[in-house]
Amino acid sequence: MRLTALLTASLLALPSWAEPDPSNWESVTEAASGQTVYWHAWGGSTTTNDFIAWIGARAAEQGVTLEHVKLADTADAVGAVLTDKQGGRDEGGAVDLIWINGANFAAMKDNDLLFGPWAEDLPNWALVDVEGKTVTTDFTVPTEGLESPWAMAQVVFIYDTARVDAPPRSAEALLDWARANPGRFTFPQPPDFLGITFLKQMLMELAPDADALQSAATDASYEAVTAPLWTFMDELTPLLWRQGRAYPQTGPRQLQLMNDGEVDIAISFSPGEASAAIANFELPETVRTYVLDGGTLGNASFVAIPYNANAKEGAMVVANILLSPEAQLRAQTPDILGYGTVLDMDKLDPEDRAAFEALDLGPATLSPAELGQALPEPHPSWAERLAEDWVTRYGVAD
Amino acid sequence: MSDDGLRLEGVTIAQGNTPLLSVDAHVPPGCVLTLMGPSGSGKSTLLSLVMGDLAAIFRASGCVSLNGRDLAGLPPEGRGVGILYQDPLLFPHLDVATNLAFGLPRSGTRAAKRAAVEAALADIGLEDYGPRDPATLSGGQAARVALMRVLLSAPSALLLDEPFSKLDTSRRAQMRALTFERVRAANIPALMVTHDAEDAQAAGGPVITL
Amino acid sequence: MLRPLPLLTALVLAGPVLLGLFGTILPAMGLGPLGQGLSAEHFARALDWPGLPRAMAVSVTSGVLSTMGALAVATLILAGWHGTRAFAWLERLLSPLLAVPHAAAALGLAFLIAPSGWFMRIPALLLGWDVPPDLLILQDPRGLALTAGLITKELPFLLLMMLAALPQTGGRRRLAVARSLGQGRVSGWLKAVFPSVYSQVRLPVLVVLVYAMTNVDVAVILGPNTPPTLSVQVTRWMLDPDLGLRAVAAAAALIQLGLVLAVLAGWLLAERLVARLGRLWVWSGRGCPERGARGAGFALGTFSALAVLGGIAALALWSVAARWSFPDMAPEALTLRSWGRFGPEMADVALETMLIALVAVAISLVLVLGCLEAEHRFGLTMGQRALWLLYLPLLMPQVAFLPGLQLLPAWFGAQPGLAPVVAVHVVFVLPYVFLSLSGPFRAWDGRIARVAAGLGAGPERVLWRLRLPMLTAPLLTAAAVGVAVSVGQYLPTLLMGGGRVSTLATEAVALAAGGDRRAIGIWGLGQAAAALLPFVLALAVPAWLFRHRRGLRDV
Repeated sequence: MRLTALLTASLLALPSWAEPDPSNWESVTEAASGQTVYWHAWGGSTTTNDFIAWIGARAAEQGVTLEHVKLADTADAVGAVLTDKQGGRDEGGAVDLIWINGANFAAMKDNDLLFGPWAEDLPNWALVDVEGKTVTTDFTVPTEGLESPWAMAQVVFIYDTARVDAPPRSAEALLDWARANPGRFTFPQPPDFLGITFLKQMLMELAPDADALQSAATDASYEAVTAPLWTFMDELTPLLWRQGRAYPQTGPRQLQLMNDGEVDIAISFSPGEASAAIANFELPETVRTYVLDGGTLGNASFVAIPYNANAKEGAMVVANILLSPEAQLRAQTPDILGYGTVLDMDKLDPEDRAAFEALDLGPATLSPAELGQALPEPHPSWAERLAEDWVTRYGVAD
Repeated sequence: MSDDGLRLEGVTIAQGNTPLLSVDAHVPPGCVLTLMGPSGSGKSTLLSLVMGDLAAIFRASGCVSLNGRDLAGLPPEGRGVGILYQDPLLFPHLDVATNLAFGLPRSGTRAAKRAAVEAALADIGLEDYGPRDPATLSGGQAARVALMRVLLSAPSALLLDEPFSKLDTSRRAQMRALTFERVRAANIPALMVTHDAEDAQAAGGPVITL
Repeated sequence: MLRPLPLLTALVLAGPVLLGLFGTILPAMGLGPLGQGLSAEHFARALDWPGLPRAMAVSVTSGVLSTMGALAVATLILAGWHGTRAFAWLERLLSPLLAVPHAAAALGLAFLIAPSGWFMRIPALLLGWDVPPDLLILQDPRGLALTAGLITKELPFLLLMMLAALPQTGGRRRLAVARSLGQGRVSGWLKAVFPSVYSQVRLPVLVVLVYAMTNVDVAVILGPNTPPTLSVQVTRWMLDPDLGLRAVAAAAALIQLGLVLAVLAGWLLAERLVARLGRLWVWSGRGCPERGARGAGFALGTFSALAVLGGIAALALWSVAARWSFPDMAPEALTLRSWGRFGPEMADVALETMLIALVAVAISLVLVLGCLEAEHRFGLTMGQRALWLLYLPLLMPQVAFLPGLQLLPAWFGAQPGLAPVVAVHVVFVLPYVFLSLSGPFRAWDGRIARVAAGLGAGPERVLWRLRLPMLTAPLLTAAAVGVAVSVGQYLPTLLMGGGRVSTLATEAVALAAGGDRRAIGIWGLGQAAAALLPFVLALAVPAWLFRHRRGLRDV
């Protein structure tokens, strides 16, 4: 008797709330109403900040208050969740939703820092192009419903037609161009994700066996696969802006450099970024984009919910709004964001489909046909090693 | 009657183990006792003792009493001992009238206080100066206001710390006469510290040279 | 009520620093909630970082050179120009220059000195350059741009500190004596006045040295990245998704602390050396190139003031710029569109920033006034040791104790957020409020209190009716200094806010990475205005309040 009483008492003493059930959407929206969602998202681009504010207005219509916590680096949010776990704060965490992909996702997944699965229970999941777009793997790591996609990105190169006649469309051509125009090209400094993307993009073309990139890097495969890349980089680096002794720290910083006439070619992970920047006076009107002959890397941006999020239901509601045709259309509008949609046009209402087709993508944005099929991202372990290796080789040079 | 006035009985002050001064004195009401001596002889320290804010580095013994009341242990504001310095030290953020009203006893109506302040101003020939900024007064005017301010607070004794040394010669005589006349009229004991032999002469009371 | 305040203040100053340091040491040694037992592994990993030697070198050179530079320029200006009309003009600029937050000043400076910046556009326009020169001026590996930025920002601080110390040293009379003995203006000042002024400002100089070696916000904007300074790298490790790097960050933070202590020791040794050389110089009887020294002082002082003001002007112009390409000196057109885009949000964040600042300043003022009044009433002084305590949060590198402190709210089960941010702001605001207020508070004529006591006023009435009203101007100035300090705090807000608290400082630095100059312009201006406005009020309010009180206007 006493044991039972004790057990009952200890059961009663447990927290009285339960984890939300994503499959019961009605209960999710009900619980979400009145919640405040802290969305930790990179705040370095003013256009994305504006877009997130617009999403906030949509969320408010469903009773969810959205606060954009602007990060200099997505890792800040991962760190915040980690601090909670270290401090034993397994509920009521500071982070409700994170804009995430790649290594940050892999790190959170490995350390059991994520809530879910929930993504494939969202009502708007039915509209997602699961077959044609890489939305169920993130840098080869299966998402398993722990994160929900909201935008497609593909590498494009931005150049100023006023200064460059024929942009270089391969690694070899880029090196030749840099020899002829020293100091006129640079890329964001690894470990910035765009800088690593540049290394990966070059590696895809230079690697003797590009298939090796789809599985985790081993010491042996890494040496063999990356050797040609480092030969290439050894030649390219002294031809970079500032002889490779300083780098822009982020992607948008490259645009400012281009506007200031300091560089002529920049890398971007957003096909519409250049058009949006022209509209916002950030780039000259003569700027256009192009892709490499061998194709360019593409991936999806996701949102994930930490295991100890305070407003899991509200976060799911926001993720669902991000997948709505209205939000996706807005994200793809060039002077707003210019991000590719994750939706399958065939699954949309005719009305919505027509709206997407009617979009004027802007002067510097390539059509889907011109962009071509995106190359899949390598396993995150490659990016990690590339970043470390690059820092050792070039990150501490004189 | 022997309780009246300011009494310093066996008062000695020492700094650490060095004796500074010792005084025995009785200042009857209406009388001014003058203390003279070179700087560093402890004149101002004695005033501090009477005021009740002797710095911690000094040790004092003996008894200071005013009208039969032992002052030991009383806070400065509870002793009824007013002080005048060589600077008038009018409160710069208050107008002349408010300066005068600062020390008026708390009892009494607002109108009565106003009347007292105005009478005091008229008394020293400064009618209509009530709303003035004290910084606009001449040195002599400010000195008179300072004197009236301390008298309005109805002190039981008055301390004068080289009160006339900053006035020019013509004003000094005037101010001396006014001050000593008021002390006599108020019938309170006064203790004056000075360098100036003329001050002591004008005070007319006993002189102690330290 | 009053008696426990000095002790409480001491706790507020020392507690967070010591607890934070403890919280940094534990994980660095492999102990604490995430550690796997005592080990030197984390130190080994930090020492293995290939950038460490250069990062340490840049931290030391930029820190030492900028401190020496700022001290030298401040000394030249005072020696050559104190008491002249030109100096009075410069002196009026000091408070606003000091108030401009580090991040805003650095952002403005970055646009001025970049190869495509305002300065270089002048030759570009004249010589018809199509593209800017490929020169490594900004973020250079040796940290020269960082050093220059730190000098321009620390110069007003040191000048103000030295100015405050001058009256206590009787500098004017000493200089007159020295000149009557045949010394020139500059050499006379250096020989007769500088030693006592320096001994008065020694702690502020050390504060500058520590800040210059360990700051994150200026180093992120102007400093090198191949590799960055050690503090920036520690911050990056702190925020890395690889969780194991937290302990490495803690270990590197302790290496940084060791480096700072070593440099401080070196500085103190150098002080003796300079003193000895100075005595030799006095014996030699030689002077110094007077005109050159005065000219250099004036040129460097003016240039550094113009760099900050020009930077702010650049921020303002960018905030209303339409298209603006190299090498145009001005944008093609002006537009309010950027203000429409970023203005409302900036105003919201500015409001929250001011709220944090005002609460932190109010708490600091209560503690500081409590301490000073307790000192006045009960003689509760802690002497020279109290001064060191006051400087403790400023002398301890933020990056060494804030990471450890970040874990505290979590250990106590508290939410990160506004309250911890305000609490940590108090730690940094309080010393400045104390330094700014203690001088005027102590200099207040104590005879006024005795006169008032003679009029029957008790200590409370003296404090509230006389002392505080008479000190209105210094009180408001101290509050303005406190607000400026709070508005400038970057790392404490970032780490203690858990990402939930955004202030003008965190937003401006986050945007700096993005490089959208229009947004940077608006946020940078907002930050500068938030720091400057209180100074304007601190001047205007007493002037209006005491417009009919001449006796208070010269205070």
